[in-house]
Amino acid sequence: MGVEGIGARVTRKEDRRFITGKGRYTDDIVLKDTTYGVFVRSPHAHAKILSIDTTAAKAAPGVIEILTGADLAGDRIGGLICGWMIHSRDGTPMKAGAHPAIAHERVRHVGDQVALVIAETKAQARDAAELVEVDYEILPAVVDPARAMDADAPLIHDVAPSNLIFDWVLGDEEATEAAFAKAAHVVELDIINNRLSPNPMEPRSAIGYYDEAEEHYDLYTTSQNPHVARLVLSAFVGIAPEHKLRVVAPDVGGGFGAKIYIYPEETACLWASKRIGGRPVKWTSDRTEAFLTDCHGRDHVTKAKLALAEDGTFLALRSDTIANIGAYMSTFSSATPTYLHGTLLSGQYVIPAIFTNVKAVYTNTTPVDAYRGAGRPEATYIVERLVETAARQLGMDPAELRRKNFIRQFPYQTPVILTYDAGDFEANLDKALAAVDYAGFPARKAEAKTRGKLRGIGFSSYIEACGIAPSQAVGSLGSGVGLWESAEVRVNPVGTVEILTGSHSHGQGHETTFAQLVNERLGIGLNNVQIVHGDTDKVQFGMGTYGSRSGAVGMSAIVKALDKVEAKAKKIAAHLMEASEADIVIEDGELKVAGTDKKLPFFQVALAAYTAHNLPAGMEPGLKESAFYDPTNFTYPAGTYICEVEVDPDTGKTEIVQFVAVDDFGRIINPMIVEGQVHGGLAQGIGQALMEGVSYDPESGQLLTGSYMDYCMPRADDVPSFKVDHVTTLCPGNPLGMKGCGEAGAIGSPPAVINAITDAIGNNNLSMPATPAKVWAAINAA
Amino acid sequence: MATISLTVNGKAVTATVEDRTLLVQYLRENLGLTGTHVGCDTSQCGACVILVDGRAVKACTMLAAQADGSTVTTIEGLATGDQLHPVQAAFREHHGLQCGFCTPGMIMAAVDMINRRGGALDEQTIRHELEGNICRCTGYHNIVKAIQAASAEMAGMRQAAE
Repeated sequence: MGVEGIGARVTRKEDRRFITGKGRYTDDIVLKDTTYGVFVRSPHAHAKILSIDTTAAKAAPGVIEILTGADLAGDRIGGLICGWMIHSRDGTPMKAGAHPAIAHERVRHVGDQVALVIAETKAQARDAAELVEVDYEILPAVVDPARAMDADAPLIHDVAPSNLIFDWVLGDEEATEAAFAKAAHVVELDIINNRLSPNPMEPRSAIGYYDEAEEHYDLYTTSQNPHVARLVLSAFVGIAPEHKLRVVAPDVGGGFGAKIYIYPEETACLWASKRIGGRPVKWTSDRTEAFLTDCHGRDHVTKAKLALAEDGTFLALRSDTIANIGAYMSTFSSATPTYLHGTLLSGQYVIPAIFTNVKAVYTNTTPVDAYRGAGRPEATYIVERLVETAARQLGMDPAELRRKNFIRQFPYQTPVILTYDAGDFEANLDKALAAVDYAGFPARKAEAKTRGKLRGIGFSSYIEACGIAPSQAVGSLGSGVGLWESAEVRVNPVGTVEILTGSHSHGQGHETTFAQLVNERLGIGLNNVQIVHGDTDKVQFGMGTYGSRSGAVGMSAIVKALDKVEAKAKKIAAHLMEASEADIVIEDGELKVAGTDKKLPFFQVALAAYTAHNLPAGMEPGLKESAFYDPTNFTYPAGTYICEVEVDPDTGKTEIVQFVAVDDFGRIINPMIVEGQVHGGLAQGIGQALMEGVSYDPESGQLLTGSYMDYCMPRADDVPSFKVDHVTTLCPGNPLGMKGCGEAGAIGSPPAVINAITDAIGNNNLSMPATPAKVWAAINAA
Repeated sequence: MATISLTVNGKAVTATVEDRTLLVQYLRENLGLTGTHVGCDTSQCGACVILVDGRAVKACTMLAAQADGSTVTTIEGLATGDQLHPVQAAFREHHGLQCGFCTPGMIMAAVDMINRRGGALDEQTIRHELEGNICRCTGYHNIVKAIQAASAEMAGMRQAAE
């Protein structure tokens, strides 16, 4: 490891602009002649649009145009799509209802967009939006997924009878039920995985610009995957073919999944710019709009059970889930509760038989899609709550019950598709037990009791499938796209390097970690490496950043391109030094002839490639290579988290007094950045466990948590400082041995917290978020 | 309309603004100081914290007209030339930021916290004082460490100066 190479704890290259206020986010960009768009949104959860009167609004000062769903339909702009096909157990395809970029004739959730008001200033657009008169016929609404299939529930999309989108199964039902029939112990749980709002701190924003002279569109947007946005807007929505549409995602202020999706507002701004003669149309969400329209996460209602032999050996697991999809199918909404969820139900354990059924339903709520972890937190919560409950039911130590059932041989084929490639689950557990001082827990519990506090400890040994994903595999499971990544390495004549990547950084620090890889390979200082991302005009192809894929997939593509650059550089160096190509090694920024003192600095080889005065016969000038990398398997980060809490029995308030996270992420490029990813994920998982929850009025379908006054975000004094450590087994599937670290914290932590609280209070019947009121009630019900 | 004169990051500015213009809008839209961010509509998130006459203010809760005659410092005016303010430097050194969106408000709130309380701050105090600033990326762990380090450094600098 060099001082700036792989494994070095270097500070981030990108920080200077952010700490001096020079970050450039979408809302910071002002194009010439910009106009401002404000959406009129439905105040009703479910209604027919009888009429829209824009007369008064059109006459308001500064108003340029007001566009409705009828205008959109008239211009034949396509609807938004869900890009992953799921088939029901009877073989029928999922029932996706239409999702127009501006609602037409019917609104299906509070916040559904009904009209777009465009004015010279944002204030004028807001004022005019107040004057748009929409006449609605209010329809009954359903928001609870467990009620969506009831006979008296309103039908949300005609194509989906009973609001059922798909009825999906995975695993062997017969073998699973047979195992339960003969099991010595059966543990059962009813689980609600609470609905969350991702809440990246930067609200979404979009600027659509149509250049009439070039017949070309530009979209500036808060996206985790600008190339996917271009693909969808071109191929499905039909805005323009790809060569006539540029998508730029500049600095993006957090994503967590919410900025993966192709949203209605982007389509509307692009289309509107052309409608008004080519002036840019800019829309920026306010926070209430974000709560109403950014895709939510989780919202599963599950019945789960675990079968065990007399000695605690796991025999079978079954879960039956209703997953809330919301009012429309978002871009990857179908994949989240199915192949990102059911496939993880084996956890870290040998479980011979597994079966899961997921029914996905429409409700009159904001669309639900992947949020940090995406399906895997829900699976982990099922498995780890069942295991902890089993330990209590059988009177076993929860750590030892886990240890007894851990998978120890790799590769391991689970009964639910995945093949785990590497891991050392026992090492994670042992390191976590030592860090938390498990042996000292009884004394700490006794001491807490003297202060009137209930102290508890909870475990979670999670596994996730990341590095999304092998294209052929996901294609066979229904994905509409391949999930490779692309990269280009441009060596300039002076020896500096530009890396063009399809990955997108919105907080992950790619400008630093990707440069560290180049430093490791070519010995070039980080300041001489530029990472270029987030612009489809600069980087030709990409699939973006989600599913903890930028290291395992994005950096693997860079490795492949660097391999090609090195190979060509070696040929040139061998030619210039009259040596054999096989003898050239690259060390510390120099190309050396092994076993001699002959060497050339890298920049001289780069210069030679471009002067082209003396290249090997037949070689093309230049030193620039590109590559696509398609993973061969998912990667499998895994770890053990232990949470220790103190509960005040008088108030029900939980304090997390200790939180230990031991993760195995494979190769770590920058420990400082990886630890930061874990910290952030833990805070989101603790938020889910203790305080966060989207709430709707069950009758009217009104969103009750539409601001930071109502939706409880974790603050600095809600979370502790974390103890974070690592175990490393390299991933055998990619060149750097990386597994991914972005989602682990949010996946592993909720069950650890709830297991700790239920241990403390002696009542296992507690749902998330475990607010003081709920915990107090659980204490007093026990 | 209101005519206002104020000093922003050491420069005198005068403007005529709509009465309803928020100070944060004036800074972002009129002066192009886009380092001050808007993350919510209810004065909860703190992404817009600036210093007005040396005290931390959420720029979304103040009208531009109310800032008439004030001295305003935004994140763009915190460093001295190329010399970062100790809080800025500490955020970088301790990885106190990821996406960077809450960062300007966090840094300005931290500057105010340290100025107001003086001395090296402990973890509990910092966590309590950060009540008005939300970060979704860092889990606050490294923000707390950064502010702790900066407060110790600034206390040391004050001591050395005395």
